[in-house]
Amino acid sequence: MNKNGPLEYDYSVSKLFLMNTLFVGTIGMLVGVILAWQMAYPAFNTFLGEGLAEYTNFSRLRPLHTDSVIYGFVLSAVWATWYYVGQRVLKVSMAESKTLMFIGKLHFWLYFFSSALIVVSLLMGATTSKEYAEFEWPIDLAITVIWLLWGASIAGLIGFRREKSLYISIWYYIATFLAVAMLHLFNNMEIPTMLATSPAGETMIGAWWHSVSMYAGTNDALVQWWFGHNAVAFVLTTPIIAMIYYFLPKESGQAIYSYKLSLLAFWGLMFLYIWAGGHHMLYSTVPDWMQTMSSVFSVVLILPSWGSAINMLLTMKGEWQQVASSPLIKFMVLGSTFYMFSTLEGPIQAIKSVNAIAHFTDWVIGHVHDGALGWVGFMVIAAIYHMAPRIFRREIYSKSLMNMQFWIQTLGVVLYFTSMWIAGITQGMMWRAHDEFGNLAYSFIDTVSVLHPYYTIRAVGGTLYLIGFLMFVYNIYKTTSAREVEEHELQNASPMGA
Amino acid sequence: MDIALLQAYGYFIMTAGLAIGLYAYIYHLYSKRKDADGVDYEKYSNMALKDDIADAPVNATSRDKKYRKGIKK
Repeated sequence: MNKNGPLEYDYSVSKLFLMNTLFVGTIGMLVGVILAWQMAYPAFNTFLGEGLAEYTNFSRLRPLHTDSVIYGFVLSAVWATWYYVGQRVLKVSMAESKTLMFIGKLHFWLYFFSSALIVVSLLMGATTSKEYAEFEWPIDLAITVIWLLWGASIAGLIGFRREKSLYISIWYYIATFLAVAMLHLFNNMEIPTMLATSPAGETMIGAWWHSVSMYAGTNDALVQWWFGHNAVAFVLTTPIIAMIYYFLPKESGQAIYSYKLSLLAFWGLMFLYIWAGGHHMLYSTVPDWMQTMSSVFSVVLILPSWGSAINMLLTMKGEWQQVASSPLIKFMVLGSTFYMFSTLEGPIQAIKSVNAIAHFTDWVIGHVHDGALGWVGFMVIAAIYHMAPRIFRREIYSKSLMNMQFWIQTLGVVLYFTSMWIAGITQGMMWRAHDEFGNLAYSFIDTVSVLHPYYTIRAVGGTLYLIGFLMFVYNIYKTTSAREVEEHELQNASPMGA
Repeated sequence: MDIALLQAYGYFIMTAGLAIGLYAYIYHLYSKRKDADGVDYEKYSNMALKDDIADAPVNATSRDKKYRKGIKK
């Protein structure tokens, strides 16, 4: 910061996270596409040869895909936007505090090196076997420190803000911080096996980094899915809503349609989401009342989810021509629409009778991906397109490339979820089909051969989405050397080259 | 009364209480229209639209007031 000049926002930490989003996003999606082709053509499990099969098979790569996309791509984007939006709506600059700047940079680098450690440990096969919480205890401790550093940054920026009230996005970032802190701690209560003693009196069991969960059986599953579902809520939903509440009004120049509705939807979401995780355990050994409760809460969740999404669509009231003219607005409006779509589909799947067909099928994978690709991915892409001209002080390199990317990725998402719908419902029906004596009509392999065309369509859809993402990375890379822009060009609509 | 029954009553009372709280909040938002500082809730949208560091905050903190005095001097 120039001490004699006017105060300016400092985006250095935001820029680090932004670059990491592009880097990890590419890796995570590439691994996803490899997995999709492996599902369609199993021979692809050994695409680097038999010798390396251990590292390239589906089961070894699958957690690498989910974790790198959720905790690498999305969390990097959440933090890139936090260090951008946080400063702007609180009207404080990171440059005003050396301590906050130090915390921000430490936050990034510790996160970066821990992520590298996660990639290596997952590739080597070190896992706790808890879905989306595969990391062993040393990494769990590092994650706790990283999370506390983010908390310190939130508290720090809020502590010396110039804007007294907290903008709705800040509430969503705070909710993300608090909820994930709680989820991470409780789901990862584990005992390193080196501290345990077996009934036979053996000590120092297993590798030093290995641990076992403190919960067992149904309790473990219940805690796991309380965590798993709320990871979707507080990593893939609340911070993304934080983004859209800032970036859509800012880019379009339109005030939020109803600020009161945004507050209401926020508290509604907080009230309901935390109870819905049990819907992952329908027809299991979890108490029946708990299954019913989670179904009911899941259905009522439509209200606050649609409250936010409709509020965003209505923000464009009278300005719909912007959707046609700006690819950046297109990404956000379609993102919001996919959010509505996905938050209607989820509750439908959580209804017990529907779940009897949907559970364990590819319909669930389809649901996850219309949310992850259509809502989360599009919103992250839009946020980065909006921030890039402000961070680099240059126009977005190519508007036509953005448009092309939008349509290629949209086609990719549509192919992905439609194929998984058909595959999932076919699977569910075939598994349940039986003759008049109760004998199953099909064996498992019958479903596999029927699903092959849909797995291929899914892989094509995923590949299209990845191609669009690579176009996005290229566009942002070229933006760093595009035409320089003046301050007044950055008020609302982002400047874009042809 | 066994613990499971107590849990069930507790759960019901808490859920009902939170639901009533949420509806009371809706009533409060739409009847008062302004928060405790007298700022119309809808004005808060400007926090995103006018977010330049030189823009006047919607509801300034004492630190901001000092900062602006400093600029004027």
